Amino acid sequence: MAEDKKYTKIQELTYELKVGNVMTKKVVTVSPKKTIYKLRNILHTKRISGTPVVDKGKLVGIISTEDFMKCLAKGETNIPVEERMTKKVETLYADEPLVHAVRKFDQYGFGRFPVIERGKGKLVGIITKGDIIKGLLKKLEIDYHKEEIHRYRASHIFEDIVADRTTLTFHYNVVGEDFNRAGESASGLKRTLFRLGIQPDSVRRAAIAAYEAEMNIVVFTEGGKLTVSVETHRIKIEASDSGPGIPDIEQAMQPGFSTAPERIRELGFGAGMGLLNIKNCADKMNLTSKVGKGTHLEAIIYLNQR
Amino acid sequence: MTLNEVKEILEAEVIIGSDKLKMEVKIGCAADSMSDILAFAKPGALLLTGLTNPQVVYTSEISDIKAICFVRGKKPDEKVIKLAKSKNLPMLMTHLPMFESCGRLYANGLIGIGYLDIEKKNG
Ligand SMILES: Nc1ncnc2c1ncn2[C@@H]1O[C@H](COP(=O)(O)OP(=O)(O)OP(=O)(O)O)[C@@H](O)[C@H]1O
Ligand SMILES: [Mg+2]
Repeated sequence: MAEDKKYTKIQELTYELKVGNVMTKKVVTVSPKKTIYKLRNILHTKRISGTPVVDKGKLVGIISTEDFMKCLAKGETNIPVEERMTKKVETLYADEPLVHAVRKFDQYGFGRFPVIERGKGKLVGIITKGDIIKGLLKKLEIDYHKEEIHRYRASHIFEDIVADRTTLTFHYNVVGEDFNRAGESASGLKRTLFRLGIQPDSVRRAAIAAYEAEMNIVVFTEGGKLTVSVETHRIKIEASDSGPGIPDIEQAMQPGFSTAPERIRELGFGAGMGLLNIKNCADKMNLTSKVGKGTHLEAIIYLNQR
Repeated sequence: MTLNEVKEILEAEVIIGSDKLKMEVKIGCAADSMSDILAFAKPGALLLTGLTNPQVVYTSEISDIKAICFVRGKKPDEKVIKLAKSKNLPMLMTHLPMFESCGRLYANGLIGIGYLDIEKKNG
């Protein structure tokens, strides 16, 4: 399955990367007036098997070792390159997705394609199969590294700390009525828990509980705090605010009960399902509230210890 | 079903994620209530919704939704598109209404979350 995943990842990258990202920018070229004899020196000293022919920055043809050998066989070493080069050159644009290049290599079987700037015909680079492979590997490594490094560093934290008991605590400030940012805290928490190496199912349950609690603070209060503490055996989520409070907790817990105004319902909230969602996601939940003082919610998710 | 098939079936436009059209979605989920999504969506699902605010992106991230398709021709604003981009969440848009969108996908073999529960009941 990991193999499968890698394959599609590479396919994805061939759409994401552009020809310009992986091509070789420093191109050895030859001018059309140079003789075949001179070309020999270029091919030989640069150890390349073909080169674009460029006149005043513009691509006018391409000539390969094969063309060169044919000239040698016929003893045509003094004629200019332009008389033996291939004039109809298959090229790629620097802004084309890499997948186009892959297809073109497949289709033509050539060893290289000159890369030109769209519209101007100016030669900006050259691409070989080797460039594609190198480019993909580099990008894979970078992508892999970024998240893996985070995960690696974070997931060993409990092993690295020497103590009888370790608790990691994360604080998030939740701003009331700010619907641009509402959800950011739970989103950050989810990423953090994932990096800590916690099982996906537990991460998901904790994130849903935190998100519902965060949304209630945004919707019903002027702001509050989300505090999450993680130990090896459990995640504890606390949401507290000094908002209006809940007069009847039993009623608030009922599915479908909501005091959210129309404006909030239009945003997709106010179904009266949030608190129940938290209860279903958590192994333990406790809700206390005082009208005019505020609300405090605590949800605990136990972790299977490995 | 691949995202590309979803796109064809719903005559949808790709808002972001044209590089992810080969992605598989195994299950469909349609909702205009965030709490419903959080309560019922299964990880890896395609979400059909008429909501286009930033919370739709956060809700999807929290519920492990793989891709969103907005119905009734609703298109999120730049801010929301940028947010989804940062979370690698592909987004499509169809002019079809919700009922029609669900019907077409279901008829083409995309199962819903109820299907799993039915399977469970029948053993
Ligand atoms: N922090 C809070 N402060 C004050 N009232 C709250 C708070 N949290 C919940 N409530 C009250 O409890 C009710 C039920 O909350 P719940 O989260 O279950 O549903 P909702 O937020 O109305 O809708 P949904 O969560 O489905 O979007 C709310 O309508 C509100 O009256
Ligand atoms: Mg709520």
